Amino acid sequence: MPLWEHYHRPSTVDQAIDNLAQYAGRARVLAGGTDLLLEMQQGRTAPVTAVVDITQISEIKTIEEADGYILIGAGVTHTAITHATLLAQKATCLVESCGVIGGPQVRNVATLGGNVAHALPAGDGTLSLIALDAEAEVAGPKGREWRPIGSLYVGPGKSALDHAAELIVRFRLKPHTAGEGSAFKRIMRPQGVALPILGLGAWVRVAGGVVEAARIALGPAGPRPLRAGQAEAFLVGKAFSRDLLPALAEHVLAEARLRTSPHRATAEYRTELILPLLARAVPLAVQRATTGHVTPEGIGEG
Amino acid sequence: MKTLTFTVNGAPTQVDVEEHDYLAEVLRNRLGLTGTKIGCNEAECGICTVLVNGTPVVACIYPALRAEGASVETIEGLAQGDKLHPLQEAFVEGGAPQCGYCIPGIIMTAKGLIDTNPDPSDHDIKVALKDTLCRCAGYSFITHAIQSAAKQLRDGEPQDHLPSLPETVAPLNVIGRPFPRPDARLKVTGKALYSDDFAFPGMLHARTLRAKYPHARILKIDTSRAKALPGVHAVLTADDIPGEKNHGLVIQDWPALAVDKVRYIGDPVAIVAADTRDIASAALALIEVDYEVLPVVSDPVKAHEPGAPLVMESGNLLKHIKVRRGDVAQGFAEADLILEETFHTPTYEHAFLEPECSIGRIAEDGRYEIIVGSQIPYQDRSQVARCLGVPDDQVRIKGALIGGGFGGKEDIAGQVHVALLTRATGRPVKMLYDRHESLIFHPKRHATQITVKIGAKNDGTLTAVETTLYGDSGAYASLGEKVMTRATTHSAGPYEVPNVKADCYAMYTNNPPSGAFRGFGVLQSAFAVESAMDMLAERLGIDAVELRRKNLHRVGSVTNTGQTLRESVGLEKCLELVSAEVTKRKETTQPASKNKRRAWGLAVGYKNTGLGGGAPDKSSAEVELYADGTVQVRTSAAEIGQGLVGVVAMCAAEELGLKYEDVRVLLSDTDLTPDGGPTTASRQTFVTGNAARMAARTLRNAIEATLSELYDQPPQNIRFEEGLARVNGHSLPMSEVAQIFTRQGLQPKATYEYWAPKTQPLGTGGDMHFAFSYAAQAAEVEVDLDTGEVKVLQMVAAHDIGRAINPLALQGQIEGGMVMGLGHAMTEEFIVEDGIVFTDVLARYKMPSIKHAPPITSFIVEDAASTGPYGAKGVGEIASIPTLAAISNAVYNACGVRLHKLPVDQDSLLRALKSGKRTG
Ligand SMILES: Cc1cc2nc3c(=O)[nH]c(=O)nc-3n(C[C@H](O)[C@H](O)[C@H](O)COP(=O)(O)OP(=O)(O)OC[C@H]3O[C@@H](n4cnc5c(N)ncnc54)[C@H](O)[C@@H]3O)c2cc1C
Ligand code: FES
Ligand code: FES
Repeated sequence: MPLWEHYHRPSTVDQAIDNLAQYAGRARVLAGGTDLLLEMQQGRTAPVTAVVDITQISEIKTIEEADGYILIGAGVTHTAITHATLLAQKATCLVESCGVIGGPQVRNVATLGGNVAHALPAGDGTLSLIALDAEAEVAGPKGREWRPIGSLYVGPGKSALDHAAELIVRFRLKPHTAGEGSAFKRIMRPQGVALPILGLGAWVRVAGGVVEAARIALGPAGPRPLRAGQAEAFLVGKAFSRDLLPALAEHVLAEARLRTSPHRATAEYRTELILPLLARAVPLAVQRATTGHVTPEGIGEG
Repeated sequence: MKTLTFTVNGAPTQVDVEEHDYLAEVLRNRLGLTGTKIGCNEAECGICTVLVNGTPVVACIYPALRAEGASVETIEGLAQGDKLHPLQEAFVEGGAPQCGYCIPGIIMTAKGLIDTNPDPSDHDIKVALKDTLCRCAGYSFITHAIQSAAKQLRDGEPQDHLPSLPETVAPLNVIGRPFPRPDARLKVTGKALYSDDFAFPGMLHARTLRAKYPHARILKIDTSRAKALPGVHAVLTADDIPGEKNHGLVIQDWPALAVDKVRYIGDPVAIVAADTRDIASAALALIEVDYEVLPVVSDPVKAHEPGAPLVMESGNLLKHIKVRRGDVAQGFAEADLILEETFHTPTYEHAFLEPECSIGRIAEDGRYEIIVGSQIPYQDRSQVARCLGVPDDQVRIKGALIGGGFGGKEDIAGQVHVALLTRATGRPVKMLYDRHESLIFHPKRHATQITVKIGAKNDGTLTAVETTLYGDSGAYASLGEKVMTRATTHSAGPYEVPNVKADCYAMYTNNPPSGAFRGFGVLQSAFAVESAMDMLAERLGIDAVELRRKNLHRVGSVTNTGQTLRESVGLEKCLELVSAEVTKRKETTQPASKNKRRAWGLAVGYKNTGLGGGAPDKSSAEVELYADGTVQVRTSAAEIGQGLVGVVAMCAAEELGLKYEDVRVLLSDTDLTPDGGPTTASRQTFVTGNAARMAARTLRNAIEATLSELYDQPPQNIRFEEGLARVNGHSLPMSEVAQIFTRQGLQPKATYEYWAPKTQPLGTGGDMHFAFSYAAQAAEVEVDLDTGEVKVLQMVAAHDIGRAINPLALQGQIEGGMVMGLGHAMTEEFIVEDGIVFTDVLARYKMPSIKHAPPITSFIVEDAASTGPYGAKGVGEIASIPTLAAISNAVYNACGVRLHKLPVDQDSLLRALKSGKRTG
């Protein structure tokens, strides 16, 4: 059955906001459509009269570095992210996480904004944005504002965005500088849906072998993507070595709410994975921070 | 409606579209570019891939209006007139297409790759094609073809696109040579027509209302609101069926439309034909059905318990199948060691990429015509006729190409329903299942519970095997009894065992029915017995290869059904080749990195060719010489990707001394092609290959007779070679031979009805089957001890298939079968919970993609079957049979956890590893 009657393709953010307003709640922002269209087909979203296709808006499709920030349009595709050398060097984990989403056809249209707005606690792009402490610029009828990325997540698949009126324009984050590095790793299951059993993004600042600052994001480990603050605090001030990992895992486990998802993973299994996942991501981030040598891993191998 | 202006394959195009149309619909339905295929409509299979401004995208979820101003390339745009694009050329010559359904999407994805990366590595190809699936799984051929085409484009010079193939015996003129498939060119250009690619003026679109509950009594159906919806032309229920209400391949227990009761969630309750698919869908929502919900039984073991809810009024036992040989009590008494283990296999889904589609219409001559890609055209004809209440000859089945079958297109899907709707409306009617419907409706591979009890002497000699099998046959019989019979007779493995007792309970449940699926029950029992054999070897302290060598079938062995194997038992050879290769490879394999373990595992298997068990097994073919010197072979045998068209053409060409290209094949038109029987049980190469060969030989004899009279020469002085008949110094082109026949008022054609050697029913001893194929396979896996993740790194295999008629097509079947077996071991599981299908979208059923396909080293053993065509036996199924156990044995050897259940579950595997348990 037809999923919508009207299809809009605005070329500016303001037009898109107007288009949305026109339908008083019965319109949806459409980016790559790789989440939205399937959800609509499977009857998992409220019916709409119109979709507002934002892929023609040039403002949301650029990647640039300005004023001490990296700015990434919400309409940038995962393919564009994986190809951006700027990001590979200065936002490595984001490239690694977007590089394992779906297959190339999906990455060629699916966007970072869609990944965030879809609000899954283990969206791959999401986890890296959280590890990078990104902010999102949200446009709505009343104008634009920057919001911390974490504030956009309310529950599994539930975004704080007003889908009927708002849209994410772009993201900003601080580029890695000397002594900083990041990495993203996830563990999948070959059966069933393409949702990670557990994904983890890590960012560190290291000086003289000592961790000065750290951010660890993981999911699904609760209704919203988790920032493992206690684990981060444990790392800070310590000279990094792999010997810290078991204790680090204990700190993560103290904060994580790992659940059994039927046909995907048991809570016990997820518990077992915390340590190996940390062991894959954190030392790699530290190594990158220390050496400055960065080659994103696993692109296209998701 | 809006106007979409864009460029399609270089041509400026304007087309009116609905605002909600997707690009795939516009290309296929509005522009008639049906080369772009739809496999799932959920961005999962990738086969609808087209290039938009050079970038591969899945057209099924690409809003059409987004293509405004864009340049779109589809498969139809690749060839320049008759000149194929190098990718297309390499795919044809390199044997990449099997059923062909994925091929347009694969080629377009590959084009997107090589346009930007002119020299792609294996890894680049895996990344690019990761989500463009091929269920026939010719991934190594696809990779090779892409690289070969890329080289041709780089060097600007023609390439030999043939991949390297395993060694086979010396070829004849035609037989034994690696020819491309006759339909390959159509398949790479997008011109190949599958059912959904046909359309007729005035055609209506049909949809089916399916059961709301897995088990319920129907109290009332009210179709009045649906009928009143504008655009609806017919709404039918069981009451509207003029003839028999039931269909079924063996037992007619399956209502075409539910009568009184629904027995599973896919049961059809009512059907609608309307002007558009959307209207038909809207009408479904208006049909009101009152149900009385009944208790559900969804487990075959529970279904056998007293007091279980009754699926069938006559009881839940579809069949108790028994195999008896010797005296197992005696055998176990003689044993030094007895081992008993229980294994489970889940339901598996065929996941052919082409969902079911049928079109019905009233032909110009007033008869019913059904276009369908079916594995059993003649049985379709009689099943449709029975439901319509007309004689068989009032129905014509016209086979379309089949986008994969694997056994899943033997039962009635929409054939009967479009016939009923055509009858009711007088209009052509198309019924296309979407992926969701295909998943919940069609028969699957039986889920099983198999207990194996083996007794052996300390030296490894088997003294007794007792097996107990439960098979989940689901709501209707389909081919359940036959499948589980095969599971049972093969459940002691290809071993000489003096005392055997096997009991199988094929049970009705409220799950989707189970029926034919490549391997026909033997995959399941092979997993059980071959796992048990490895466990036995360990307990006895004997090498697993040695244990098998000691007991395996050889010429002279007697099978557990009492059949003496008189010839063509190449199992030992297969085992030797594989174990020697594994030994060699072990020396060169890289050790695993820290916290990972690598190991090899091995298993063997066998599979009957042909129906067997006393079923009359025959096939007919007709061969006709045309005035232009070409020959057509006609038979109703299905080409489901396995390469039968090529086999039939090669047999005729060989016998008539023709060039392969000069033989055309017409398949599956019940008006024009004689009955080839069902495409099942790895039988077609054997029976229809023989029929074609004998028909061609009969025609040759007729030509010899005519020419010997004309030239006054004895027939033995007439030779056929290179498309010529040579008589005493004269060389007559076949076109001239055809003219001689016409001048003499003779028809240059011959029909042959081939009867395979007689077989005996189970339990009566003697030859239950006329041939068996054999295989040994080994897999090297890597287990990650931290995460439980398992990877198959490489495989080695040897298959005894009697004779390699076409080594290229053969290798495609072997690799495809092995990758499917790997999928069963590693990625696939069709989940049903209390009769409700969880796996109701393709995203929940992962078939192996190119990234799962390991390098395969393949050996061909040609231990000829004297009655097979040029010695050939079946190949379609054997290649999947040992794979499951080879992989699970390797997992055990790597990490010490024995899998009693498939697929490999990294979650339970890791938990077993951590808790020190030895079973997962
Ligand atoms: C085969 C397949 C595999 C996948 N694999 C993965 C995977 O491995 N990991 C993963 O994380 N995801 C995966 N996904 C999900 C999906 O591709 C990603 O989440 C993707 O980033 C969503 O982006 P999109 O542009 O397609 O979003 P859409 O589907 O267009 O939109 C998703 C939601 O976001 C809203 N939205 C989109 N853009 C904006 C915006 N700028 N502002 C406000 N709201 C917006 C939409 O209204 C909708 O609610 C997969 C999907 C498929 C089909
Ligand atoms: S991905 Fe489009 S049809 Fe499957
Ligand atoms: S050839 Fe790829 S699906 Fe059949």
